[in-house]
Amino acid sequence: MMLKISDLKVNYGGIEAVKGISFTVPEKSIVTLIGANGAGKSTTLRTIAGLVKPQSGKIEFLGEDITGKGVEDIVSRNITMVPEGRKIFPDLTVLENLKIGAYLRKDDITDDLNYVFDLFPRLKERTWQHGGTLSGGEQQMLAVGRALMSRPKLMMMDEPSLGLAPLVVRNIFEIIQEINKQGVTILLIEQNANMALKVADIGYVLETGRITLSGTGQELLANEGVKAAYLGT
Amino acid sequence: MNEKNININGEITPPDKKNIFFKSVVGFLRKNWIGFTLLAALFAIIFILEQVLSSSSMLFVVLKKGAIYALVAVSMNLLNGFTGLFSLGQAGFMLIGAYTYAIFTIPAEARTAVYQYFDGGIINFTVPVPIALIMAGLAAALFAYLVGLPVLRLKSDYLAIATLGFAEIIRAFFQWDKLGPVTNGSNLLRRFPVFSSTLYPFIVSGICIAIIVLLINSSYGRAFKAIRDDEVAAEAMGINLARHKQLSFTVSSFFAGVGGALLAMYQTTVQAAAFKSAMTYEILLIVVIGGIGSVTGSCLSSFLFIASSEWWLRFLDSETYIGSFKLPLLASGFRKVVFSIIIMVVVLFYSRGIMGTNEISVDALLRFFRKLFRKDSKGEAA
Repeated sequence: MMLKISDLKVNYGGIEAVKGISFTVPEKSIVTLIGANGAGKSTTLRTIAGLVKPQSGKIEFLGEDITGKGVEDIVSRNITMVPEGRKIFPDLTVLENLKIGAYLRKDDITDDLNYVFDLFPRLKERTWQHGGTLSGGEQQMLAVGRALMSRPKLMMMDEPSLGLAPLVVRNIFEIIQEINKQGVTILLIEQNANMALKVADIGYVLETGRITLSGTGQELLANEGVKAAYLGT
Repeated sequence: MNEKNININGEITPPDKKNIFFKSVVGFLRKNWIGFTLLAALFAIIFILEQVLSSSSMLFVVLKKGAIYALVAVSMNLLNGFTGLFSLGQAGFMLIGAYTYAIFTIPAEARTAVYQYFDGGIINFTVPVPIALIMAGLAAALFAYLVGLPVLRLKSDYLAIATLGFAEIIRAFFQWDKLGPVTNGSNLLRRFPVFSSTLYPFIVSGICIAIIVLLINSSYGRAFKAIRDDEVAAEAMGINLARHKQLSFTVSSFFAGVGGALLAMYQTTVQAAAFKSAMTYEILLIVVIGGIGSVTGSCLSSFLFIASSEWWLRFLDSETYIGSFKLPLLASGFRKVVFSIIIMVVVLFYSRGIMGTNEISVDALLRFFRKLFRKDSKGEAA
């Protein structure tokens, strides 16, 4: 098991946003957490990334306890996060953005840069452009590329489809699957449940801080409750 | 960079380090020879001007003070422009630098005269000037480090208010009577070694600014810019926010301290009362006019600012008669009115400053001139 969360409780902004959830992420899989606004998805992700300290519970990564560890420690364990709303650095060039992604690495990054440019040829054309001048889709590509620069074993993505055109969303999800095929485990949270469940091996439904349903992506897609609440069909 | 020497057997041998170092130095010089030539030319011009013009010429006042303010402005830009920390403590750190320099360089025989109310003070040794300059920086940096521990948790305006407050506290503290044996209380410190050549502040400021530029272009500089752009994302990339902010704050204060020491040398006397918050605002203005996030912009606007305030606009302050007609408005203080209006116009119409976040580089200059000449030759052809 790559990531194991047991009975995680997190207080965030004065309320108990996550009320004791447990789930696992197997190696080389795509796992998705779906749920409405305020269900606690982002908080869960931010807690794993070390940006928020949990109240109680345990987070294990590759058998080691990483609960409450600092971001630096967690990033250097090859866990990386693509934050919500992309959060690229607008006044840094595309190349600088990518280099920041490899900030904690001391070794040579040329191969990784080439890998990212192969994945996103669009970024290669724009190395000297400022991040803020890219389109929404390109910014998302940059955010994913930046995360890949840290050579992640686990890549967590917070709503990669947010504010993007449907065609661009499909493109991004294809790339997510491609990255996964190359051996990166992916933990994805999404409001676009349809898209997320289609690519996911395992899905969890989060409601007001608790996991209410779990199953393979296909099972959840077929589930009546999920259909009614998240798929709108 | 990642050069690997492969020998006949196909084995990779470690590259000869000395050789690579030598090559990179030669390469660096070859790539930047135009820049170095221009720099040498600049120093030569200043040297020649010093021989030709009288040393009391306003030009030298502007050049000396401009070079010192350029250093302080660049150090403030490192903090405000590149790390996104809005700090207003610069005058305070300059004061620490100026005092540290003065206290440790006043010659022993002059101490009785300088510290006349405090029995010659309690410090009875002097250190060489270069060491005193570095000590000035270190003292400011040390204080910045301590202040930074609590203050850097604050953001934007709150940080500005807190740093401004600390700067004011420093100013009051240095004038405290009980500290008289060290700081001479609210009396002047004087008779410490000063510079006479304009080249001196140029060389010291130049070296310091070069170090700041190297820092900005390093991976630390990239991390600073990332923090400026988006703290949350920077943190998610594994950048330690507290440590990098602290580093930027300390380094910036170090160079503000050196700048303060240079200012002391330029003024030949030091008094804490002169390091008011107005001084910080002047430097902030230079940074804003030059472009927040542009080193060359800060340097350029520093000379423009000093030249305007000390030289070009001086005529506005004196009553002027044409024949028997007295020109209206020209009276003491009018200069400041005009100056303020100019600043307002600059801020309104060039809200990103002269340079924005761009830099003047040799390459950019060459490109500019090439374009200019190409346009000319086209014009002639048509």
